[in-house]
Amino acid sequence: MTPSTSTVESPTAHLAYTADEDDLRSGLRDLLTDRVALPALLARIETTEPYDPKLWRVLAEQIGVTGLAIAEEHGGSGATWRETALVMEELGRAVAPTPFLGSAVLATAALGHCGAHDLLTELAGGHRTATLAVSFATAPGTQPPYDVRADTDDTLTGTVTSVVDAGSADLIVVAATTPQGPTLYTVDPTHEGVHRQSVTSLDLTRPLTDLTLTAAPGRPIARGDAAEAAVAAAITTGAALLASEQLGLAEYCLESTVAYLKTRNQFGRPVGSFQGPKHRLAALWVSITQARAVARYAAACVAVDDPDTAVAVAVAQAHCSDIAVHAAEECVQLHGGIGFTWEHHAHLYLKRAKADALAFGTPDRHRAALAELVDLAP
Amino acid sequence: MTAAQLDERVTAFLAAHPDTSDEIGYLRARFDAGLAWVHYPVGLGGLDAPRSSQRAVDARFVAAGAPTNDPGRIGIGLGMAAPTVLAYGTAEQRARWLRPLWTGEEVWCQLFSEPGAGSDLAALGTRAVRDGDAWVVDGQKVWTSMAHEARWAILVTRTHPDLPKHRGMTYFVCDMTAPGVEVRPLRQATGEAEFNEVFLTGVRIPDAHRLGEIGDGWSVARTTLMNERVAIGGASEPREGGMIGIVADTWRAHPELRTAGLHDRLLRLWVEAEAARLTTERLRLQLAAGDPGPEGSGAKLTYARLNQEISGLELDLLAEQGLRHDEWTMRRPASVDFTTRSPGYRYLRAKGNSIEGGTSEILLNVIAERVLGLPPEPRVDKDTAWKDLPR
Repeated sequence: MTPSTSTVESPTAHLAYTADEDDLRSGLRDLLTDRVALPALLARIETTEPYDPKLWRVLAEQIGVTGLAIAEEHGGSGATWRETALVMEELGRAVAPTPFLGSAVLATAALGHCGAHDLLTELAGGHRTATLAVSFATAPGTQPPYDVRADTDDTLTGTVTSVVDAGSADLIVVAATTPQGPTLYTVDPTHEGVHRQSVTSLDLTRPLTDLTLTAAPGRPIARGDAAEAAVAAAITTGAALLASEQLGLAEYCLESTVAYLKTRNQFGRPVGSFQGPKHRLAALWVSITQARAVARYAAACVAVDDPDTAVAVAVAQAHCSDIAVHAAEECVQLHGGIGFTWEHHAHLYLKRAKADALAFGTPDRHRAALAELVDLAP
Repeated sequence: MTAAQLDERVTAFLAAHPDTSDEIGYLRARFDAGLAWVHYPVGLGGLDAPRSSQRAVDARFVAAGAPTNDPGRIGIGLGMAAPTVLAYGTAEQRARWLRPLWTGEEVWCQLFSEPGAGSDLAALGTRAVRDGDAWVVDGQKVWTSMAHEARWAILVTRTHPDLPKHRGMTYFVCDMTAPGVEVRPLRQATGEAEFNEVFLTGVRIPDAHRLGEIGDGWSVARTTLMNERVAIGGASEPREGGMIGIVADTWRAHPELRTAGLHDRLLRLWVEAEAARLTTERLRLQLAAGDPGPEGSGAKLTYARLNQEISGLELDLLAEQGLRHDEWTMRRPASVDFTTRSPGYRYLRAKGNSIEGGTSEILLNVIAERVLGLPPEPRVDKDTAWKDLPR
């Protein structure tokens, strides 16, 4: 992957995909089509190992997805959040069971922001994974509750609920309060002071964990404003890139529904020849062209830390959340009876879509944030 | 031709033409220098340059304060007639029509839709009958903008009523000053008449003004319509640049009008308008790269819906003020301007957005069939002679 050459252009200059990005996409799609088969996915989601470690290794080693947003001198490939967003798109399309969001997005953004380069190097190759200990529902711009406190010897005590990708993480980034203000730590989750309770997640392909720390030793990586800024940057980046995941999953819902309605016959005609379903699918296609533009713009903004990032992320999350949920709901409905069965993929996408809409703030919260950002207060 | 070479040509042209007082003369010279539409062939206003370089060339002429051909006034000529003349015209036809079209000396209009052929354009019934080296045309066309100012029209006629509808049409260029052409204003719900009805009675069109083969009018018309959909372009729109900006400003200026329900609608539409803007921006980048993609038909659908919803919200927000209209005077505007008239005008005019240039229902069919590849509607009239179709 060639490093991005431009950081001075307006983010709107990056709304279209580059040839490098097209190559990355086609490699990923081939691999995911090959490796994420529905029967295996269905079998896996009800086990204690919902994530596929083999898939993760191949993604990391063959395609190098884990180090895209990490500089070359720290073991990454020196690309940007835009390329990382493209990976989110493809993983979302496949509802692929991987800890990419927690490790290659949230933890990578937080560690990168505080310059913890030794830890980034560990994540870049994908041999270890990490996550950031915040509730998956935390919206950008809101202060995380900091329910964890640190003692003077840097041991941590407290609980963080509904953390994404913590169950399989080798390293957890935890924000804690100290008498000197907020501090960001890394914690080894295998330490006896760390208890990870897996939660029954609405999204079967993305497990959540409640994390309880009891005098768990932490390694401080940032203190005060730097710690707060790192957490805020990670949540903003996560929200921005989640829009790309929503785009990818909406697109697959549309494509799989179109494919089915071309072959499903009722009343002596393909169901897809009736104007009712056709118009709904065409309208969904139009929505998805918009989801691509706003998701892409949000990724381009975080990639260069553009001043418009907050607006871009609120727009992308408000818009893509609704579109992805709508796409998944249309997928269920237009498939008819088969779309409501456990054997069919539709419910996995519906669960992912609805959970994604709640993650990093609901569309309503994003619109409320936007009202302040663009001077349209109630 | 590279962008740098093109830029040198513009520099040389600007240096050689410091006097801009003769506007038509200036535009003719720009056309003859190949700097009109640079992707057109040499000798026809272009330099066979990539279409994507046009924006930079236009920007230089704007920056130099050069005379403009007022593209808003001659949009049908530039966007629809010219590409069709280029694709199907003979050498004589191209040489006769393209230069005055581009300079704006001759305005063009489009005689396609008829009272009985709207969405189903291929059902049109305006007859053209051969008479020696000319054709005699009788019929009625409708929704014709600029017909009252046009010198020329692109016209689709029925020449073979015994054939199925798509196979029996022939395409002409019609002289709007010819005897038998009568243009009447068609007043709309807004009170204005942007459009016209055009009655054609025994109009003689020389065969030399035919575009394409006899009976092949549908292929020619499709070229025209395809270019209508590609005609999105021009300058980028800033955030809040469209109708949403007007409503947002009203919201900011009038706290006393605000309610929770209106706030929710405003924010939803603000997000949608921004998404539509970014989608169009993306489309523009793809067009500049020569890869238009199918997003264009989606953009029209979106703008029609948003204009209607936003203008409806504006009236609700204004409450009592929304009850009061500016005027119903019958006017003949040359182009649609959403910004200078009252909110009631915007609300009413936006209703046309989902009808003109392809109804939203037809565009959804087009996307479903051409983009998504879904099976077509059953077409019961496909193999029936046009004269036997119910109407």
